[in-house]
Amino acid sequence: MKSFAMTRRAILAGAVAIAGLGQGALADGHQLVDSIHFLIPGGAGGGWDGTARGTGEALTNAGLVGSASYENMSGGGGGKAIGYLIENAESNHGTLMVNSTPIVIRSLTGVFPQSFRDLTLVAGTIGDYATLVVNTDSDIQSMADLLAEYSDDPNSFAIGGGSVPGGMDHLVAAMVMEAAGEDPTAFKYIPYDTGGPAMAALLSGEIKALSTGFSEAVAMAEAGEVRILGITAPERVETFGDAPTMTEQSIEVEFVNWRGFFGAPGMPAETLAAHQDAIAKMYDTPEWEEVRARNGWVNIHNPGDEFKAFLEDQEKTIGDLMKKLGFL
Amino acid sequence: MLEGILLGLSTAFSITNILMVIGGCLIGTFIGMLPGLGPMSIIAIMIPVAISLGDPSAALILLAGVYYGAIFGGSTSSILLNAPGVAGTVATSFDGYPMARQGKAGKALTIAAIASFCGGTIGAILLMIFAPTLSSVALLFHSAEYFALMVVGLSAIAAFAGSGQVAKALMMTILGLMMATVGEGALFNMPRFTMGLMDLQSGFGFITLAMAMFALPEALYLVLDPKRSAQGEDNSGEIKDLRITPKEAKSIAPVIGRQSLQGFFIGVLPGAGATIASFLGYAVERNIAKKEEQEEFGKGSIKGLAAPETANNAACTGSFVPLLTLGIPGSGTTAILLGALIALNVTPGPRLMVDEPQIFWSVIISMYLGNLILLILNLPLIPYIAKILSVPRNYLIPFILFFTLMGAYIGQNNATELLLLVGFGICATILRFADFPLAPLLIGFILGRMLEDNFARAMQLSDGIGFILDRPMTLGLLIIAALLVLLPSYRARRARLRQAGVADGD
Repeated sequence: MKSFAMTRRAILAGAVAIAGLGQGALADGHQLVDSIHFLIPGGAGGGWDGTARGTGEALTNAGLVGSASYENMSGGGGGKAIGYLIENAESNHGTLMVNSTPIVIRSLTGVFPQSFRDLTLVAGTIGDYATLVVNTDSDIQSMADLLAEYSDDPNSFAIGGGSVPGGMDHLVAAMVMEAAGEDPTAFKYIPYDTGGPAMAALLSGEIKALSTGFSEAVAMAEAGEVRILGITAPERVETFGDAPTMTEQSIEVEFVNWRGFFGAPGMPAETLAAHQDAIAKMYDTPEWEEVRARNGWVNIHNPGDEFKAFLEDQEKTIGDLMKKLGFL
Repeated sequence: MLEGILLGLSTAFSITNILMVIGGCLIGTFIGMLPGLGPMSIIAIMIPVAISLGDPSAALILLAGVYYGAIFGGSTSSILLNAPGVAGTVATSFDGYPMARQGKAGKALTIAAIASFCGGTIGAILLMIFAPTLSSVALLFHSAEYFALMVVGLSAIAAFAGSGQVAKALMMTILGLMMATVGEGALFNMPRFTMGLMDLQSGFGFITLAMAMFALPEALYLVLDPKRSAQGEDNSGEIKDLRITPKEAKSIAPVIGRQSLQGFFIGVLPGAGATIASFLGYAVERNIAKKEEQEEFGKGSIKGLAAPETANNAACTGSFVPLLTLGIPGSGTTAILLGALIALNVTPGPRLMVDEPQIFWSVIISMYLGNLILLILNLPLIPYIAKILSVPRNYLIPFILFFTLMGAYIGQNNATELLLLVGFGICATILRFADFPLAPLLIGFILGRMLEDNFARAMQLSDGIGFILDRPMTLGLLIIAALLVLLPSYRARRARLRQAGVADGD
């Protein structure tokens, strides 16, 4: 496993050399952690992969962490990596596993037997809000319009998303419908493999509205292709101030698709504190700002106990909704 | 438009940018040859390097070079080792590998290089002229049409259903379709047929199955049959065979022309892509080929090699239409490219051509440049690359085994894939001994998931099977698929009857 990470880095180093480029000298700053091993529960190139590698890059370039290594361990929707971390807890005190909202959803549906409670909660680091969007050509201007058109002919009104039924995009749409006083189980949800084909389906008119991530929607809204009807943030987000929140349209929904880091169970208190400290200090560095801006991430920092409270709250909201939808 | 082209030329033809294309093509070709590292992973590796360049045009040109290089490199392992590293080059191995076995490895690689070059270049011309108007074509297809298109793609199995093989080919296709249902589908929240095994939750990996069906049985054959040499039956030296005769050139030229167009338009559709384009290209060319040429397909036909190679390259270029004009990624690779664009503060979409024409045009110009440089770089290398096959078997077999196993492992880092690979590889070898064609299984597996997802979506949207009649294009495509499947067997039947002397009137 470890040799793979080395190969990847060797290839990358080789590629850098071929292109005749070198990374700038590392910033000074005081090192808080010698090395971090990032465990990524999915394959190369995915969202988890990007989060771990981006965070590792910022931490090492800023000099907060001496070195970072990465290991991709996909399988079981992330369950394989969780199992590995728990079984080999003793030898993995310096390991951080990246994860996100699906860990909550998948432990509820029983995809894997463990939950976030079996791990050491290090910190939630970034997040993305959810949104409902329509085609710019659509008559629907606001959530009120959408709900009116839905009530007119529920059967021909399909909302799409880039996840399975019972997955995140579906749950967000259901949450919104429920908060708006509609039956969350009644509307037609059409699943697509990923956000791209779902967006194509929206533009081609196959679906009327799309439930998707805010950062994905902003790019399309800036290009004038979609209209953002509402975002699940507590207040409007700076990057795209034109987008109204759900709450300001009297639909009481707040939802964050977070990403964060977990340690093995029984991680020593001082190791945990050092990791949390390094992550907290990372937010003020230009190196992090560069990585964050490049990826369009929103800083949502939830260290330790706050992270626990946040996850418990999210687990309850999602769990209640999934019971209602008949997925649990 | 002319101004745009000039702007693109002046941007692309700077020393740095030409170095970027060359560097990108080289890196892409060499890493792309390794099975398991497809364009997607290579681009993901290269993105931090590209972004650190700071100049969006240069970064995109580098990434585009890597992309073309990787696709091109991918066909090399399909042809030489029967180890297609990405789904888009599976069809390349159908005829490319038999050619290599007949001692025509050099020729196969040359045809692949030229077909790729033509597909990519013609695609780039179409992209340049029609990109703005094509964005509406990209949105023409709904799930119902995609379903019908996948059915047309499935008809490619007809090529492996030669005389007496029809039942076997159908059985293997159905087995492939069944294997595609394992794991968590996009339509259901529950894992299916995983037998409670966590490792099967995300289904069988494509690379694992491709290696198990093609490359591993080949290596096992070499071990089991000491007389079988890797170089093929005819050891007449591959360098002599490098050249394409004028007659061959004449026969593949129309194939390349047609497939450049067809492949490009299929690539424009965000839900189809290079894999579908290559299967469709193969199926269509086989069906319109002359009777005697048709029998060559699957046994080393130059047309059967040129068709998918042209189509998949043209489709890769076509996939830039929805990416650049709508901001919609049609494939995993273009999704990663989209991420890179956004990171460079470029927002693809209808305004890109107006707001940042230099980026739009320099990408298109870099496509010509990339294709040309790939051809120039690779043609002289072909004799050396083809020499891999003359490596003594006691070195070659471990080499193939190593790359096969590495390919299955590297993308996912999951050791279970290795067990699956070996298990399926042994089953595949047994099936080959029993003379079952293995390609239909892989075609079924690749298309199965998309077939099912699109079918279920269409059903859900129209509350039943009614979409087949409601949407004329769906019906039209399904009729084409039926013809592609039935016509050959009808012809064969008539030929049989005629032979038996009971032919009807005509």
